[in-house]
Order: sequence, then C-alpha cells, then structure tokens
Amino acid sequence: MPPVMAILLKDLRQRSRDSTLLLFGVLLPLGLAFLFSLMLGGGDGSRFNARYAVADLDRGPDATAFVGQVLEPLERRGTVSLQRVSSVQDGARLLERKEADAVFVIPAGFSSATTPEVIGGAHAPIAVQVAREMAQAFAMERQSIRLAVLAASRGLPVDEERDSRLARRAQEVAAPLTLVSDTSATRRQLDTATYHAAGMAIFFQFFVAMFVMAAVFEERRSRVLARVLAAPVPRAAVLGGKALCGILIGLMSMAVVVAASTWLMGARWGPPLGVVALVIAGVLAVTGIAAAVAGFSNTSEQAANRISVVAMVLGVFGGALFPIPQLGVLEVASHLTPHRWFLTGLADLAAGLSPGALLTPVLVLLAIAAATGGLALTRVGGMTRT
Amino acid sequence: MPVLEITDLTKRYGDLLAVDHMSFAVEEGETYGLLGPNGAGKTTTISMVVGVLDRDGGEVLIDGLRHDVTSVKTKALIGYVPQELALYPDLTARENLRFFGHLYGLTARPARMRITEVLELVELHERADEAVTKYSGGMMRRLNIAIGLLNRPRLLVLDEPTAGVDPHSRNAILESVQRLAAEGVATLYTTHYMEEAERLCDRVGIVDAGHMLAEGTRRELVGLLDEHDRVILRVADGAARAVPTLRDLPGVLKAGGEDGDLELIVNEARSLLPAIIGALGEAGVEVRSVEVREPDLESVFLHITGKALRD
Repeated sequence: MPPVMAILLKDLRQRSRDSTLLLFGVLLPLGLAFLFSLMLGGGDGSRFNARYAVADLDRGPDATAFVGQVLEPLERRGTVSLQRVSSVQDGARLLERKEADAVFVIPAGFSSATTPEVIGGAHAPIAVQVAREMAQAFAMERQSIRLAVLAASRGLPVDEERDSRLARRAQEVAAPLTLVSDTSATRRQLDTATYHAAGMAIFFQFFVAMFVMAAVFEERRSRVLARVLAAPVPRAAVLGGKALCGILIGLMSMAVVVAASTWLMGARWGPPLGVVALVIAGVLAVTGIAAAVAGFSNTSEQAANRISVVAMVLGVFGGALFPIPQLGVLEVASHLTPHRWFLTGLADLAAGLSPGALLTPVLVLLAIAAATGGLALTRVGGMTRT
Repeated sequence: MPVLEITDLTKRYGDLLAVDHMSFAVEEGETYGLLGPNGAGKTTTISMVVGVLDRDGGEVLIDGLRHDVTSVKTKALIGYVPQELALYPDLTARENLRFFGHLYGLTARPARMRITEVLELVELHERADEAVTKYSGGMMRRLNIAIGLLNRPRLLVLDEPTAGVDPHSRNAILESVQRLAAEGVATLYTTHYMEEAERLCDRVGIVDAGHMLAEGTRRELVGLLDEHDRVILRVADGAARAVPTLRDLPGVLKAGGEDGDLELIVNEARSLLPAIIGALGEAGVEVRSVEVREPDLESVFLHITGKALRD
C-alpha cells in the first residue's frame, strides 16, 4: 500500500474514533441545513409568501382594480394570502397579532389620490417592502394611464365616458416587452435557499480543512511524526495523506449539505454532474488554501487561527456571507476567492446554462487548488520539521 | 563493514553547536551506548542517524550507503524507538503496528505474521486489540519498542527507551535489547543511566555538550581513570596472618587489613576472586563476606567532564 494511502486510512480511522468524521462530515452540515431551514421557513425556501390584509375604504373603480388586478392574481398563485378588513384598526390588530405581514389601506377618495397606503408589521420587513413596491408600482402605472388618456384626448371637449373607455383600453394593452428572466452574467443568481446552503457549505469547508491540517502539528508535537519520517516515506506523502483525508471529509460534508438542504430547504442545486464537478473542485481549492496557510504556521494553534482568519476574509469577499454586489468597489476582490467561483458555477447551473459554461469556474477552482497545493508542498519541510 | 558509520557529524542551531564533529561506528551484533547527561546532544545525533533531521556537516553511512533525510532505501534498514511514546493512542496496538508496517512496505500476510511476532516478543499479544489509551506506561513503552522492531532492522536505534519505566518493564526492555544483539542486530542506545550502559553496551561513547569525549569498552574507559578494583573481605579471624599470602598473588597490587577486615587493590577483581578465596582457605582464614568495588562509568564521566552524569 502506498504511504499516502496508509496515512489516509489511518487518519480516517482516527477521525472516526474521535468522532471528528461524524461531527464534521455529518452532524455539523446537517445542523447548518436545519438551521437555515428554520431561518428560511422550510419547504420551498425560494418561494415568497406574504400575508396581506386590505382595508378598502374607497370601493371606487381604481380601488377595485388594485385588489382585483394586482392582489387577487397573486393570491390565486399562492404568492400572497389576502384578508379583507373593514377598517384600519382591524388591520392594525392583525399586525399586532402577527396574523398579517402588512395592511394595504385604500383610503376613501383613493380614485383621485395617487398611492395605496401600506402599514407594515415589524416582524416581516421583506413582506412589507414588497407591499410598498407593489403599491408604488400600481400608482405609477395608474399615473401613466392617466397621462396616456390625457395625451389622447388633448384638444377634445371633456367626455368622461370616452376617457374611461380610453383608460380601460390603455390598461388592457400588454406591455411592449415582458422580461421573463434575466440570465445575463451579472444578474444570474441562486434562489435564497440554495445560495445560503452553498455559501455556508464552502465557508464551512475551511474549518474541515483546518482541523485536518492542525493534526500535522499535533503529530509533530507528540513526536509520532518523527517516527513516521524515520520510515522510508517521502515527506510529501505525510501532507498528501492529510490533505486527502481533509478532501474526503469535505466531500462527505458537502454531500450531506446538498442532500439535507434539498430536502429541508427546497434548495435547487442543479444538474447532479455539474454540482459534483463544482463540489470536487471547490473542496480541492479550499483544502489547498488551508494547506498553504498551515505551511506558513509553526503550531496547530497558529495554523487554526490563521486558517480561521483566511476563511472569514475569503467568505466575506467571496459572497458566502452576503451577496457580492454589496461589496461595491471591492467586488473585484471576489475573483480571488473560491467561494465566488463556486457560487457562480452553481448560479450558471441554476440558470440552465450548458455544462460548458461550468468550465471556467471549475478550471479557476482547480487552478487555485494547484497553486496553493504547490505552495504547501514547498513548505512541507518546515511543517514536518521535528 | 560497520552497519553504522558516522564521520564528523555536525549540527548547529544558530550559535549553538549541538553536535560537534562526532564520529563513531557500530558493528553488526554490537550494542553501542551514547552516554551523557540531558542536553549532551544524544537525541540530536540520533535524529540525524535515523534521518528525521538534516545535518550541517559530516556523513552517515548505513551498511556503507550514504544516508540522509531523503534516503528511502537506508531508512528501511533502521528501526527507531524514540524517547517519547510515539504512538497513536486512539488506535489499538495492532492498528499502530499495521500502520507502521505499511510505511515500511510490509505486505498483508508478512505484516500479519511479523506483528504477531513482535507482539509476543514484547508480551502484548493478549491485549493487542485494545486501544493504546487503556495501556499502562510500561505497556506503551513496550509497544513503542515493538514498532521499532517491526521491519527486522539491521540497525536498531533506541533513544532512552527506559525513561520513566517501572523496574519490571525496564528489565524486560533490556533483555530484549540483549537478545536482539545476540541475533546480530547493531544497536545504538542512548541513555543517561550508567547502569544500563554498563549492562548492555559493548562499547560506550561519552558525550557532553555535543562533543564525543571518549569511547571504548567499559574496561578501556575505566583504564583512563588510573584507578583499580577493590576487594573488601570480612573474615572470622587471622586477617593479619593472611595479608602476606594475598600480597604474593599475581594481580594483587596492595593488601592490608586488621580486626577481621581485609582490603585488596587488584587489577581485575572478578577474575582474581577465586584465587583470593582459595589463598585465604589455605591460610585457614574463614571468609564471612566479599564485596567488589570497581571504578564505573559514572566515575569516568566525572573524571573526564568534572561533573556528575545527572547534573
């Protein structure tokens, strides 16, 4: 048996005995998936679902149009649930009891006013924001129609019936262009559940790799490494065996995250082959980075601290913790992180792009793995110094 | 050809010269002791010999082949027993042995047989499948040695293998080393226990502060002292009457005594003892007790360095 395999099998046996395999390979990934499932509501994490109340104090044609043409279609699609209330107070009570996320108040005289009012519940900021956007959009559309009618009837005597007919026709005209989906490179993105699961999974890989790399220093401290090095074994085999162990545990934990997030959170990872390619490349890249950082350390504590810092910095810049566009001008730094390429690859898969589109993210991840792994190999003498 | 030959071996840590141009050789079946206090450079020397530490100068030959940290072929000829318990505590003894067997290239069936052999040799075969964490310190020490024997080494390197070991285990370890030497294994043994060096080693190198101060057989080293053996006898009566007879024995340098006590200064007490007892018998002197005092390596170390071995 080659020494690398002997070291790998011994490490896996040790990791199974000290529960590390169970902890890092199964329990923590499952815990992460479960946690995010709770945070994102479970079931289908990508589906927006809000509970709105409507207090129609106007009952005019515009108020009826807002409810009938904007809110009710959403209710039929299951995106929102609607409750009709007779007063603002009734709506406020629903908010207090958290039985509604927001209340649309259509005031008396709404048909001559501009915008429905929205009272939001503090417990559902996203649903409130969506409600405000819907109200604003309806008001803008109505204003557009009014301008269109005004332009069409300019110079003609006032005729309410004609203007009303023109307004109905303007409402019925379809928009000249409907954007069904935007799959340009800058706009492709994962649904919320998949994004969080993938971001956390790649972020978490650093801690798997950190634990495995720290074991090199532990063996050095206990002098068992000296005994291994006294055997007819190349020094690189020691690092190779450890890295392989980290890669296997990493792949195991990734597989658990993918399965559990799909099951618990409704995450949509995309075609399995593409996901497998990205997961393997991502785990290799992270292990390479962790090994390189460990190569510049002298103790297990130092290695663990440095890998943690690198994991956090790369996680922030790579979009594992929040979306990359929020980085502003620093977004360019994300190209240096494995997280970005991993998430980009998954977004490409989710957008239904051809497998060829995965080539760039996978190759970049493999290049990161090769460069950092090579750097770690140049430091293996220092790491295994007895 | 010596199994191990070291020439001008040197190791420096910054300004500290840890090993200073050390040279010695160990022949097949010979046990060579490196005797010196803690910090003398014994472990550093050993680390270079087994190929886990780069040297700054000199040469190490194993069976005539150049040897360093990258030498796979010569490393396969060495069995190494470090001073620390270099074991994986969460694995069983058998799993520890199997792992190191793989590293030494033992294939499945020969590995199984050899593992059984060494487990029996160190008397751990009945508890071979228990996790090492459940072992006593002495059992761990014995497993530590068993791993070093796994590859049937040409050269066995033991770095203070009895440190912190109970007397029973210590005796078992020393007997194992003697048995291996009898089988032709060349052994390099470091210790700061003078008694161990005297019991085990065919030749001893006395080291201090990275220097090889003296080397040779025990007799050769003691010869450096210009001291002789003493034989102290307690007799029933007639001590004064026996003195002239004893003085005439070949090998007796001085003899004197009174009131039932006799003291002789001789060249080789142990070989001369039968003649001394015989002479006293012929003189009608009844011997009640005999004590032999020989100059030891402790005295040699004190003589050479001006300090005690355990300072």
